Amino acid sequence: MQTRRLFLAAALAAALCAPAAAQEDKTIVVASTTSTQDSGLFGYLLPIFKQATGITVKVIAQGTGQALDTARRGDADVAFVHARAAEEKFIAEGAGVKRYPVMYNDFVLIGPKSDPAGIKGSKDILTAFKTIAAKQAPFVSRGDRSGTHQAELQLWKETGIDIASAKGPWYRDVGQGMGAALNTASAMNAYVLADRGTWISFKNRGDLAIAVEGDKKLFNQYGVILVNPEKHPNVKKELGQAFIDWLVSPVGQTAIAGYKIDGQQLFFPDANVPGA
Amino acid sequence: MRPPVSDLPLVLDNVTVLARDVTIVRDLSLQIAAGAPTVLVGPNGSGKSTLIRLAMGLIAPSRGRVTWGGRSDSDGRRRAMVFQRPVMLRRSAAGNVAYALRATGIVRAERPRRLADILARVGLTELASRPARRLSGGEQQRVALARALAHDPEILFLDEPTASLDPAATKAVEDILRGVAQSGVKIVMATHDLGQARRLAGEIVFMLRGEVRECAPAERFFTAPATAEAAAFTRGDIVI
Amino acid sequence: MHDGSSAFGLILAGDPALYAVVWLSMLVSLSATAVAAALGLPLGALLALTRFPGRAAVVVLMNAFMGLPPVVVGLAVFLLLSRTGPLGFLGLLFTPKAMIIAQAILVLPIIAALTRQTIEDLWAEYRDELTAMRVTPVGRVATLLWDARFSLVTTLLAGFGRAAAEVGTVMIVGGNIDGFTRTMTTAIALETSKGDLPLAIGLGLFLIALIVLVNAAAWGVRRAGELRAG
Repeated sequence: MQTRRLFLAAALAAALCAPAAAQEDKTIVVASTTSTQDSGLFGYLLPIFKQATGITVKVIAQGTGQALDTARRGDADVAFVHARAAEEKFIAEGAGVKRYPVMYNDFVLIGPKSDPAGIKGSKDILTAFKTIAAKQAPFVSRGDRSGTHQAELQLWKETGIDIASAKGPWYRDVGQGMGAALNTASAMNAYVLADRGTWISFKNRGDLAIAVEGDKKLFNQYGVILVNPEKHPNVKKELGQAFIDWLVSPVGQTAIAGYKIDGQQLFFPDANVPGA
Repeated sequence: MRPPVSDLPLVLDNVTVLARDVTIVRDLSLQIAAGAPTVLVGPNGSGKSTLIRLAMGLIAPSRGRVTWGGRSDSDGRRRAMVFQRPVMLRRSAAGNVAYALRATGIVRAERPRRLADILARVGLTELASRPARRLSGGEQQRVALARALAHDPEILFLDEPTASLDPAATKAVEDILRGVAQSGVKIVMATHDLGQARRLAGEIVFMLRGEVRECAPAERFFTAPATAEAAAFTRGDIVI
Repeated sequence: MHDGSSAFGLILAGDPALYAVVWLSMLVSLSATAVAAALGLPLGALLALTRFPGRAAVVVLMNAFMGLPPVVVGLAVFLLLSRTGPLGFLGLLFTPKAMIIAQAILVLPIIAALTRQTIEDLWAEYRDELTAMRVTPVGRVATLLWDARFSLVTTLLAGFGRAAAEVGTVMIVGGNIDGFTRTMTTAIALETSKGDLPLAIGLGLFLIALIVLVNAAAWGVRRAGELRAG
């Protein structure tokens, strides 16, 4: 009885330790963001990609900061995020090969229908932010180094407000993903900056609605980067590059444009737009 | 099955057992030879249990020596013990005895026959496949006896084996012990039941407060005890 | 998973995505419990039967580790298995194997600590007999573990319950990859964060039902065993 059990344990341990060589068939790991996953884009796009190339894509969805960290460690083959400054730093460090612009979506400022800051319908995000701070209306921040969080911080910076010192009890830093932040805003009747895609698919809206949209400053650019195989020899560079090439190809770009929720297009392909 | 070297005579030489400043057994010397059963009697707390455990080799003396057949390093294969409250393994009666048999190194092919023999000897053939924990007190004690006999011991130690049993079960156990003694096994038993001592003993060792007060053949002990305490004890008085 | 469908509807319709998630959850947690049992049962028994300097500290630590925060275990295993970590060459990160390893680490102290207590109590009862029968140390471990088997089933269920219920470890170490490392708990976390609370609750109830099922099966096995062996 005892020996048999020891045997089983040894066999199980051996099986677990066998390196994942069996997975040398065509798969890649893509580190991306929770907002992209929550929008449902991958569920739509990846089967099309697999159909075309036979490559299976495994997506790890984290905040942008964490996703780039994962890529930096070589735990992913490709990074697909939306924080241009962080991406360019990533390339500059030599952690990635080249940044390809892929698509953009936009952020929207969500807020309670009661609109305590009185900004609903505005097309000027900076003024809206200033008003929220002045009136100390409740505001939820991602607080997680994500692309959305970095966009939010950038906007505060452009208003001239030093949010780190100006924030008071009205500014709630949740340190979580987009969905969780929206849940919190819904429960607290607060304003929150969200990407349109997550907002459209979000079901727990409570009393929230779009307060401000359409400002060019709210556009959110996505880039895709192959992790540098010179730093991490395990990176599947051909398969990873195939994914990138497909995303920026006419076929891929059309597919991206074809993703709609409730009839609304979420992502706008711009691989060929200079300076994206 | 029995290794050729004997554990008898079993000699305790000036043995003292201390437990946290309390002297349980004091400067005790005793010799146990082959033959009729040696029965230890005495009031509770006189040290009978401790003496049995010393002789079995379960505990070591704080001072003094125990030797078996002249050796102080006997490995105990020729000794077996039955306790007042036996612990049944969570399996059938036969399973308990088979467990003991396995440790004896008997050839696998021989085991079923030997198992059946032992079970018959203690009268448990019909109850062999019953879960041991569901047997009565007397039946469980017989399983314990069977386990001890599986080792084919030269010496069988018993510590108050029938103290918790009803008269019918007690008689059953005593009958088995008589048979065991007749087959040549040396029995060393502690009991506080004087009647039982009278029925089974060849030799009586009377203990009081951690010492051997008297050691005599059973006939003489009960008809003409040498010490006043032994006389009081056999009369039924409380001896402190 | 489908938007807006109720969990009940998915269960009845035999939705393959849902059942893949269920299968993975059970596979990971049951395997982790098995590994932890293979290591923890003998370890706990050994600890119960031996004395050595520092034993008290080991026992205290082992008891304390029953409460290891899953997210911390997940993080530690993540750092071990990451490509930049010491075991990165195994390529195990973000795979079910990694999840099993991490959950086994989480469950091991529970099984070992509870086994130690059970066997220690049993040894107090069995000590005289097993010593008199001159059972070897290995024999003692085997005999006590086998005799304690019904109590130990409860211990294993405690371990399994911990594994099946936790989300922190498998989220970090598995990455919640759709179709590969998504378990019921990470799926529930995901649906919650997407705001689909009814689906999340439905999945949660289904998970609880599955855990109850495992416990009922274990109870049945135990009952059958008790009838046979007392």
